Amino acid sequence: MTMEHAYVRDSMVDARQPPRGTDGPIAWLRRSLFASPSDTLLTILGMLFLLWAVPPIYNFLIGHAVMPGGTVKECRAEGAGACWAYIYARFNFFIYGFYPIDQYWRPNIVFALGAALIVPLLMPSAPFKRINAVLFFVVFPIIAFYLLNGGVFGMRYVPTEQWGGLLVTLIISLVGIICSIPIGILLALGRQSQLPIIKTLSVMFIELWRAVPLITVLFMASIMLPLFMPTGTTVDKLLRALVGVTLFSSAYLAETVRGGLQALPRGQYEAGASLGLGYWKRTYFIILPQALKHVIPGIVNNFIALFKDTSLVSIVGIFDLLNTVQSASSDINWSSPTQAVTGYVFAAAVFWVFCFAMSRYSLWMERRLDTGHKR
Amino acid sequence: MAVQDNIGGSAPRTSLLNDPVFRGILYQIIVGGLVVAFFYWIIVNTAQNLAAQNKTTGFDFLFRTAGFDISFTLFPWSRTSFYWQAFLAGLLNTLLVAVIGIFFATLLGFTLGIARLSSNWLIARVATVYIETIRNIPLLLQLFFWYFAVLKAMPAVRNSFELPLDVFINQRGLMVPRPLPDGEFIWVLLAIAASVIAAIAVGIWATRERTATGRYPALVVQAAKIADAVVTFLVAALAFSLLSQFVPALASSPAIAWIAALVAAVASLTRFAPYSRAVVAFAITFVILAALLRAMFAAWPPFAIDLGAAVAGLVMGWISLEGTLRRPPSEGRFPLALLILIAVGIPALVYVVTGAQLAFELPVLERFNFRGGVQLPPELVALVFGLTIYTAAFIAENVRGGIRSVNKGQTEAAQSLGLKEGDRLRLVIVPQAMRVIVPPLTSQYLNLTKNSSLGAAIGYPELVNVFTGTTLNQTGKAIEVIALTMAVYLTFSLLTSAFMNWYNGRVAMVER
Repeated sequence: MTMEHAYVRDSMVDARQPPRGTDGPIAWLRRSLFASPSDTLLTILGMLFLLWAVPPIYNFLIGHAVMPGGTVKECRAEGAGACWAYIYARFNFFIYGFYPIDQYWRPNIVFALGAALIVPLLMPSAPFKRINAVLFFVVFPIIAFYLLNGGVFGMRYVPTEQWGGLLVTLIISLVGIICSIPIGILLALGRQSQLPIIKTLSVMFIELWRAVPLITVLFMASIMLPLFMPTGTTVDKLLRALVGVTLFSSAYLAETVRGGLQALPRGQYEAGASLGLGYWKRTYFIILPQALKHVIPGIVNNFIALFKDTSLVSIVGIFDLLNTVQSASSDINWSSPTQAVTGYVFAAAVFWVFCFAMSRYSLWMERRLDTGHKR
Repeated sequence: MAVQDNIGGSAPRTSLLNDPVFRGILYQIIVGGLVVAFFYWIIVNTAQNLAAQNKTTGFDFLFRTAGFDISFTLFPWSRTSFYWQAFLAGLLNTLLVAVIGIFFATLLGFTLGIARLSSNWLIARVATVYIETIRNIPLLLQLFFWYFAVLKAMPAVRNSFELPLDVFINQRGLMVPRPLPDGEFIWVLLAIAASVIAAIAVGIWATRERTATGRYPALVVQAAKIADAVVTFLVAALAFSLLSQFVPALASSPAIAWIAALVAAVASLTRFAPYSRAVVAFAITFVILAALLRAMFAAWPPFAIDLGAAVAGLVMGWISLEGTLRRPPSEGRFPLALLILIAVGIPALVYVVTGAQLAFELPVLERFNFRGGVQLPPELVALVFGLTIYTAAFIAENVRGGIRSVNKGQTEAAQSLGLKEGDRLRLVIVPQAMRVIVPPLTSQYLNLTKNSSLGAAIGYPELVNVFTGTTLNQTGKAIEVIALTMAVYLTFSLLTSAFMNWYNGRVAMVER
């Protein structure tokens, strides 16, 4: 009865046009640069911006730059770009600070040893993780200290005031992270603890150091630490900065670790308890291995932040990379209009390479560890 | 059945040390005791050290004369001011930088975060390069760069760069006009506050009515039509007057621009409204682009720039036309123009009626220095620049994460409800993204405030510089000064986390 209302097509539909290409460079251009009129406009504006911004930057960094081997006269010329010759001439100062030139082999060994230990540590597939970790986190700092400080095995004593440049930046960040990992883990456990006094103390510690800027912590460490010690004790300037940095970063690390502890399903805690394990055994064998694995990217991000923050020690008078660059920029022998900028660009490039590499590593780890257990 | 022997008997006796409750108490006593002992040791040492140095403790130094200069304060400062005033000056300078920095960093950060998600490859790439570069360079280094390499390398006072609106920049900082409100101007300020509240109230009321009845109140719709015409007239008048500057034949007769604006406004009341908007969009785009490109590419022929800007203007006009032709009738549109008119118009009316005056004292170059205006020190400018650029990179990442956290299904659900792109964003995506964005955003604001302490390194007189630096050096009251400074930042931090808890509680998703 409803047949007369129904519409039945009795002829073939015309064949449709094939879809426009969805592959190939032209389709890509259409999709990602010229999808709509407003998109096209944005693309053109973006290109104009690049046209405006890139040539001067290129000319400064490469085009009109004075390459290593150039002279200060060339750097002083009108319209000269970055003075790389100056960086080349002062390179050792930026890396070693005031470390005695004939002793450069000592920091060099430390650099090489550190690199040789940290590379396999960061590669998940490399064997002997446990030994490697012990070597890097415990043995290496001790060896490095005696190598750099000297005074043993006939090596000349080099006071910490003479250490400087990238060496000190790396020392502070490595010591900071190595010392703050155990403290941070203990604080995170303390914050999760059922015991009220321990929990309160941990929360207070963490929140206090997280609330204040690092610069006040460093001021506190460098001014108040000597006051806290028994009369007559002197605390090395570098050590004061290390204490400040460690306190500061352990509070941040504690929060990262807490994230890992909280992400763990309750069942893991209960399973540990039902096996009859006590708190420490349960934590050590069941909780921490899983929790720490999950926060490796977070710890690396903490390390990146710490690495950048080490530049603040220049405010309390330690010659880290930034401070050597800053003080070299008043070097009369190389004074030129671009001297300061060149120094900053160099320091920025060094920091950038380290931080960017670490952030890529952290992203890679995150993807690797993401084994699909997310709830 | 040996196991059953225990039934009915008392719990097996074990060593007291194995009792969890007892152990917990014991641990706490040990830890608490160690902490107390540690602090006791520190206090005894400190007391001895202070006694050895003949120093006293106490906060009475706050009421002594400071006797040093502060290069930039928000209230009158002299060498006879007290230390507590120095504390206040530093605190206010910190807050000043934080507020300005937060404002600009939010703008830049949201723009970059959205740009990084853009489907336009070029725009997304530019934003990514910015974020990845800035994030991975220490802030202090960036501050040094802006201060020592950029602002200190600015030309001397006599060769100052002149920016638009009578702003000058040179080695000594940024010279901006000083507003000189007269006594009546307070009424205008009150009117601004009242009218903004009124506009928000009208907006909420209209939205509620629409939610309840399905349409905006008739009164609002009528008022919105008129407001639309008025706003169109004002915007068009501005755009057309600027446009006529580019056409020599029209530059001499400003009346033409006003007449054209009137025509556009009248047209916006008729069915030709989309065309009137398209013309205005063309004018705005052309004026902005032409001025910008002329400043960026001074070497290019102006004619080519104008031509390019005109083409871009036509494209924008066309986009606007397309969009306006498809929009719902005015009964179904949010009365944005009305709200703007309320918020801006009422204060303007009060300004005229009360005869209030807001004059500006312009900075004028004299022989050696600028006279008049406000001189913002280069330290402040560098600090705002550095903090804004650095924090914006982090905010952009939060914004990106927030928007991406909204499930794709939400977009599709909104589409299937027939919502347009704008409504989809405003009603579905943004409210859900904000839930994710706001908590990390607040902690970025806190970070910016804490990072403003790096101003001490470039000589900006904020709290750490004035108080932990100069005051501590002069008085030697290390403990008191550092404790006060830390207390300030601790307060900021606690306030922020209080806000975050409140916000999280308010927006938390109600789960089954």
